[in-house]
Amino acid sequence: MPRLLGVDIPADRPTGISLTYLYGVGPKTARELCHKAGIDPRGRARDLGEDEVARLAALLDKDYIVEGQLRRQVAQNISRLRDIGSYRGLRHRRGLPVRGQRTRTNARTRKGPKKTVAGKKGVKDLR
Amino acid sequence: MGRSLKKGPYIHPKLYAKVEKQNEAGVKEPITTWARSCTIVPEFVGHTFMVHNGKQHLKVFITEDMVGHKLGEFSPTRNFRGHGGKGKR
Repeated sequence: MPRLLGVDIPADRPTGISLTYLYGVGPKTARELCHKAGIDPRGRARDLGEDEVARLAALLDKDYIVEGQLRRQVAQNISRLRDIGSYRGLRHRRGLPVRGQRTRTNARTRKGPKKTVAGKKGVKDLR
Repeated sequence: MGRSLKKGPYIHPKLYAKVEKQNEAGVKEPITTWARSCTIVPEFVGHTFMVHNGKQHLKVFITEDMVGHKLGEFSPTRNFRGHGGKGKR
């Protein structure tokens, strides 16, 4: 298993796919990377030579924001919204959907598992 | 979807004129406004607006970070007080 950027160890899948195991690298970026590094994206990641891994790492380092740095950036953007007291920041603070989605139903990704409220209409039917 | 680049950001013309006037005079009085959809431009920084939320005008002090947002984003229109509660029912 080749190691890229310290922690991440993509498995024995095609290079173009295994690169997407990095945070911030999706199918498109992965293909782009392979192309730039002159690597066949269909070849297995385990067959990557050391020089190839080094080339990928150099490319990622130079032109892409991934992993910890990206996570930090995202967190910073959110905390900026919180600090200026904007509506979006408020929604982040409350753990509710930020982009105007309905919250009467659904929104479970943001709200987490259902918290059943006793006496609420429809509760009887659920049991 | 974003607004057409040709038009540029929406800035309430009257409000902008008011801010400019204050900037020239060097005063920073709170400006009462209903223009929630007005984009905050760099000229607004340091001013205080009283932004209408449908009921009252809430005080919004503009900092540098707020540039590019709209005035209405800082004046919530809903006041959620929670569901149920003791003695209420």
